[in-house]
Amino acid sequence: MAISRYVLLVFTIAMLASTAISDPILTKVNRHVENPGPLIMSEVLLAFPELQSKNLAYLTASSHETKGKPKGSVVSLPIKAVNLDDRPSAATFYSVLLPKEVAAGESFTLDVLAVFTHALRPVPEQITQADIQLVLYRDSVYYLSPYEVKVQSLSVKLPDSKIESYTKLESTKVHGSEIKYGPYENLPPFSLSPITFHFESNLPFAVAQELVREIEISHWGNVQVTEHYKLIHGGAKSKGEFSRRDFQARPNDRGASAFSFLVAHLPARARSVYYRDLIGNISTSHLRVDSRKSELVIEPRYPMLGGWKTAFTIGYGLPLQDFLYESEENRFLNMTFGSPMIELVIDTLIVKVVLPEGSSGISAAAPFPIKQWQETKISHLDIGGRPVVVLEKTNVVPEHNQYFQVYYKFSGLSMLREPLMLISGFLFVFAACIGYMHADTSISKSSASYLAKQQWEEVQVLIQKVQNVINRCLAMHDNLEASLRDLSRTGDVQACKAARKSADGLLKELSKEMKPLLTSLQAYSSAAQILPKVEELVAKERELQEKVMLKHSTAVEGYERKSGARDIDHRVALLQQKITALKQEVDDLLQFIDDI
Amino acid sequence: MAAVANMPVSDLLKSFKLKTKQQELLIRVSILCLVYILAFITRLFSVLRYESMIHEFDPYFNYRTTLYLTQNGFYDFWNWFDYESWYPLGRIVGGTLYPGLMVTAALIYRILHFLRFAVHIREVCVLTAPFFASNTTLVAYFFGKEIWDTGAGLVAAILIAVCPGYISRSVAGSYDNEGVAIFALLFTFYLFVKAVNTGSLAWSLASAFGYFYMVSAWGGYVFIINLIPLYVLVLLITGRYSMRLYVAYNCMYVLGMLLAMQIRFVGFQHVQSGEHMAAMGVFFLMQVFYFLDWVKHMLSDTKLFQAFLRITVTCAVTVGTIALGLGMLSGYISPWTGRFYSLLDPTYAKDHIPIIASVSEHQPTAWSSFMFDFHILLFLFPAGLYFCFKRLSDATIFIVMYGLTSMYFAGVMVRLILVATPAVCLISAIAVSATVKNLTVLLRSKNKGVQTGSTKGSGSSKASSKALLDQSQPFQKNGAIALLFGAFYLLSKYATHCTWVTSEAYSSPSIVLAARGAHGSRVIFDDYREAYFWLRQNTPPDAKVMSWWDYGYQITAMGNRTVIVDNNTWNNTHIATVGRAMSSYEDEAIEIMRSLDVDYVLVVFGGVTGYSSDDINKFLWMVRIGGGVFPVIKEPDYLVNGEYRVDKGAAPKMLNCLMYKLCYYRFGEMLTEYGKPPGYDRARGVEIGNKDIKLEHLEEAFTTSNWIVRIYKVKPPNNRW
Repeated sequence: MAISRYVLLVFTIAMLASTAISDPILTKVNRHVENPGPLIMSEVLLAFPELQSKNLAYLTASSHETKGKPKGSVVSLPIKAVNLDDRPSAATFYSVLLPKEVAAGESFTLDVLAVFTHALRPVPEQITQADIQLVLYRDSVYYLSPYEVKVQSLSVKLPDSKIESYTKLESTKVHGSEIKYGPYENLPPFSLSPITFHFESNLPFAVAQELVREIEISHWGNVQVTEHYKLIHGGAKSKGEFSRRDFQARPNDRGASAFSFLVAHLPARARSVYYRDLIGNISTSHLRVDSRKSELVIEPRYPMLGGWKTAFTIGYGLPLQDFLYESEENRFLNMTFGSPMIELVIDTLIVKVVLPEGSSGISAAAPFPIKQWQETKISHLDIGGRPVVVLEKTNVVPEHNQYFQVYYKFSGLSMLREPLMLISGFLFVFAACIGYMHADTSISKSSASYLAKQQWEEVQVLIQKVQNVINRCLAMHDNLEASLRDLSRTGDVQACKAARKSADGLLKELSKEMKPLLTSLQAYSSAAQILPKVEELVAKERELQEKVMLKHSTAVEGYERKSGARDIDHRVALLQQKITALKQEVDDLLQFIDDI
Repeated sequence: MAAVANMPVSDLLKSFKLKTKQQELLIRVSILCLVYILAFITRLFSVLRYESMIHEFDPYFNYRTTLYLTQNGFYDFWNWFDYESWYPLGRIVGGTLYPGLMVTAALIYRILHFLRFAVHIREVCVLTAPFFASNTTLVAYFFGKEIWDTGAGLVAAILIAVCPGYISRSVAGSYDNEGVAIFALLFTFYLFVKAVNTGSLAWSLASAFGYFYMVSAWGGYVFIINLIPLYVLVLLITGRYSMRLYVAYNCMYVLGMLLAMQIRFVGFQHVQSGEHMAAMGVFFLMQVFYFLDWVKHMLSDTKLFQAFLRITVTCAVTVGTIALGLGMLSGYISPWTGRFYSLLDPTYAKDHIPIIASVSEHQPTAWSSFMFDFHILLFLFPAGLYFCFKRLSDATIFIVMYGLTSMYFAGVMVRLILVATPAVCLISAIAVSATVKNLTVLLRSKNKGVQTGSTKGSGSSKASSKALLDQSQPFQKNGAIALLFGAFYLLSKYATHCTWVTSEAYSSPSIVLAARGAHGSRVIFDDYREAYFWLRQNTPPDAKVMSWWDYGYQITAMGNRTVIVDNNTWNNTHIATVGRAMSSYEDEAIEIMRSLDVDYVLVVFGGVTGYSSDDINKFLWMVRIGGGVFPVIKEPDYLVNGEYRVDKGAAPKMLNCLMYKLCYYRFGEMLTEYGKPPGYDRARGVEIGNKDIKLEHLEEAFTTSNWIVRIYKVKPPNNRW
C-alpha cells in the first residue's frame, strides 16, 4: 500500500489499560491522526504483533472529529483484516475505513478498542492454597504502527497496586495501580520495545471453555434460553492440599484466587429460571428481580480453585413479544449474542436458535464475522424436526453482547399443528377402544361357552326390548293421569276422552309388540331363569293397565254425571291405592331384571 | 366405602337416565381412575419437596445401566463389561443383574419418543415407580374382585394406593427393582389365582409370563416359586385337588421355569439351586397324584388300590430323596444361599454373613415400623383373616397363605414389609368391605321396610307384621350407623397417616439432606453431590476411588469414576480388603491401597453437621467384615471394654486407624458448636480423642462445605534420592 509512505501520523496512545476484569485485556488507543502528505487518505492501518493478534477477541474503531462535535456522536467504523505482502509477517493488519477522506494537513481522532483474551499468564503456574496468584503481562511500550509516530504515551492500569515487578524505563511513573510510560516522540514505523508486568491478581479467572446457548422459540409466547457452560478457573493451577478448614476460617488468605460465585444479568422479564447440572439441581443460587433487569447470582457446587473445572446449565424463559418482531410473513428474532454472565471469557460460543417446525426462508445476521450452519432438532410432538440455526464464534468477550438477528418465515396456522396432533391422537385411542369393544376376538366360534355367551347377549337384547315396551306403557299411564288432572282443572271431558282413545290405541299396539318378544324369549334356554320374572312383570303391568283404565273411566264418568269432586275422589281412592302398590311392584320387578 | 358414596350420587346419576348397573360401573370406573391418579400423585412429594432426581444408592446403578441401555442398545447392554466398578476385577453387568426394570424404563422411553414426547430418560426413571404403583392398584382391584367381590377390590385398590409400606419403596425417584417387582408379584399371583379359579390354560399361560417378568425384575421371585408350590401342597392336603389346579400349576411351572431360565442371572439356578427345589418337588408330586387318581379311576377294587398306593408313594418318596441326596452330594443342586437361610433363621446372618447383617434394611423389624407402615391395616388384617376363613375358597386360601408367610418374612427383615403390604392390604380390604357391606345391608333393608310400610298404609296387616319383626332394629340401625362412622373415621385416619408418613419420612432422596435451621427455615446439605461432581470434574478420568461399598454406585453414576467396591456385594473378599485398609494404620493401609491402584479415598463424616449415618458409625462393620476374611483385624482392638468410642478413652488402634485419621483430619481445630471445645463431634456428642492428626501418604484433596464428604489423594511414593 503506497499511501502510508506519505502519511505521517501523530499517535497519542492515551491509555492502555489492563482493566479490572480477569482474563481479557482491554486496550484503548486514542489516536490523533494527521495527514501531512500530498495524498488524500481514506483508510488507516492497525497492526498487532503476533503475540497479541492470536489473542485478539474484539476490535472496534470509532472516530469523532476534532472539530468540537459532541462526544455522543461516536460512530464505529468498518474494520477488515488485510494481508500485506510487503510488511513483516509477524504482525497482523486490520484496516479501518474512515468515514470521510482526510485531506492533507487535516487531522482527526480515532479511538480503537481492542480486547485480548488469555494475555495474562500466571507465573508461577502452580500455587498452593496459601499462595498469592501472580500474573505476567507482556506488551510493547511503543505502539506497533506502520506509520511514523509523532507523540505517544502509554499508561497501564493494573487491578491492584501490589506489583511484583515491571519494566522500568527512563520515563516511568507509578501512581498506585497505574503505570505511565512516555511521552515518546518521533518514532519510526514498527518500533517495538518489550515491557513486562508481574503483578498480583486475585480476580476471578472464569473462562468458559465451551458455552452452548440454545434459544428455542415457541409461538405460544415463550422464548426458552438454555445455556450449557463448561467452566474452568483459568488462573494459576492449585497444587497440594485443599483444606476446607483453612478456606472456611481465612477465605481472604487461603484460596484468595478462588471464586465462588458468578453473576448473570438476565433480561428483565426472565421467568422460571433454573440452575442445574448433570446430576441435578444446584440449590445455591439467588435471583434478584427488579423492573429493569433480573440478576442471577449462582454459586458452583464447590469453590473454584485454580485449574478446577465445573459444568452447569442455566435456563430461563422470556416473553416472546420482547424479542420477536414480525412484518407480514417474515419474522425475526432479535437477541444478544453473548452470555449474560458478566466478566466471562468464552473460548467457544455456540448459539443455536431453534425455530418452530415448519419455518422456512431462514437466515441469520450478526454484527461480526461468525461461522454458521443449520441442523434439525427433534423435540416434543415434532415429525420432521425443528430447523436450528447454529452460530459459532471463538474468543468471545462481553463486548460481543450485541444483537444478532435470525429471519424466518412461519405461518400462524402451523401453530395449530401440535394441538391437532394431540387431539387426533386421543381420538385414535378412543376409536381403538370402541373398535376393540365391538370386535369379536374369540378364537373358537363353536365352543359351548362362546355360544352361551352369544345367546345370553341376544336374550339381553330381547329383555331390553321388553323393558322398553313396558316403559312406554308406563309413560302412557302417566299421560292418562295427566289428562285426569287436566280434567279436574278444566273440566274438559272431550279432551280427556280423546286422550283415552289415543292411549287405548297405542297400548293395544304395544301389547301386540310385546307378544312376539315373549315368544322368542321362551325359545332361549338360557332365558329360563329370567323368564318367569319377565312374565310376571308383563302380567303385573297388564293389571296395572286395567286399573288405570278403570280409574280413568270412573273419573270421566263421574265428571259426566257432574258428581262432586269428593265423591269421585272417594270412588277412585281404592283404585288409586291398588295402582300405587302395583306400580311399586312393577318398579321392583324392573329393577330386579335390570340387576341380572 | 363405595356403597356409602353410592347413596347421594345415585340421584345425580338417575338424571342421566342410567340403569343401576351402568351407574355402578360408572362409579366403579371413576373411583378406580381417581385411585390410579391418587397413587401416582401421592408419590410425587419428593419431586415437589426436592427435585426430580434419583434417590438412595441402588437406584443410581439402575439409572446408570438404563442410561447405558438407551444409549447403546440392548445387545451392548447384555454384553456390558463394566470396568468402572470392582477395580481391578470389573463386573459382567449383563449377567449379574435383573434387567426387568431397565428394560421397562427403556421401553417406556422408546414409546414416549415414538409418540414424539422428547422426555429425558431421567424423568422416565424417576416416574417409573409411581407409574407401576398406579398399575398395582388396578391389579389389587382385580385381585380383590377375584378373591372376594368388587367392593373388596375397590377397597384394596384404595388401601394399597396410599399404604406407606409400599410407598416407602415406590416414591418418585426411587428407581429400584422393587418398584416394578411388587406390581409383577401381585400380577403373577392374581393371574395364578385366576387360573386356579377358572382352570383356563390362557390364564395360567399369562401367569407364567407374569412370573417371567417378575424373575426379570427382582430376586424376590424366589418367594413366588416357593409360595405357589406351598399353596398347591396345602390344597392337595385339604382335599381341594382339582383339574383346574393341575392345569394351572403345571402350565405355570413348566413355562415359567423355561422362561425364567432365559434371564442370565438366574439361568440354570432355576433347576439346580436348593431354593427352587420345592417347586420341582410339588410338580412331580402332582404328577404322582394325578397318576394315582387315574389308577383309582381304573381300578374298582379299593384294596388293590390301597396296596398300589402304598407301593407308588414309597417308590416316589425314595426316588425323590435319592435324587435330591445325589444332587446335593455331587454338587449339582446347590445348597441354600445365605440370604435364604437368614430368612428362615433371623440370627443366621449375624453369625455367618456380616455383610448381610450390616445393611440396615436387613435388620429384624421393630413393632413401631409395623405400626408406621400399616397403621390400621395391622388390626384389620386379623379381621380379614376371619372373613377369609368364614368363606373359604381356593382364592381365599391363597391370600391367607400369602398374608401369613409374608407377614413372617416382614418380621424377619425390614425391607420385606414391602412384600407383605399387598397381602395385608387385600386381606384388610376384605375386612373393611365385608363389614361395611353388612352394615349397609342392614341400613338399607330397614329403610326399605319403612318405605313400603308407609306407602302401603298402616291398614295392611303384612306391613304391621313386618314392623313387629323390625322392632329390634332401631337399636341395630343406630349401632350400624355408629359402626359405619367408626369405620369411616378409622379409614380417614389411615389416609391422613399415610399422607403424613409419605411426606415426612419416605420422600427424602437421602442424597440431599434437609434440616431445619435456627429460624425454622429449611437448610439443605447437598454435600454428596458436591463431592461427586468435584470428582467428576477435577480428577483424572481413570482415577480409582476407594470408599466403603455403600457409596460405590453413587460414585460411578454421579462421579463417573472407577470404584474398588460397590453396592453389588458379590465379592466379600474385595470388600473385606477395603475394610482392612480402612481399619489399619496408615502405613499398612498405603500398601493395600497401592496394590489396588487407589488414587483417591472418600469418606463420609458427619461430625460437623451431626449426620449420624457416616463412616465412623459404620466403622465397626468394616472391622467385622475385614476381620471375617483377614484375621489380623480383630474387633476387640477397636473397643474399650466392649464399648465403641472415639473420644480420649478410645482404643489406641481406633485413634490411629486410617478411617479415624481421614474423618478427623484437622477436625481438632474446628469449633463446631458454641460452648463446646474444638473438635467436638456433633454426631456422637463427644470431643475427639486424637486432635493432632498427621497424614503421611495421603493429602486432603477436597472436603465439602459441611464436611460430610472428605476426599483424600494418595500421594505418589517419595523419590528415594
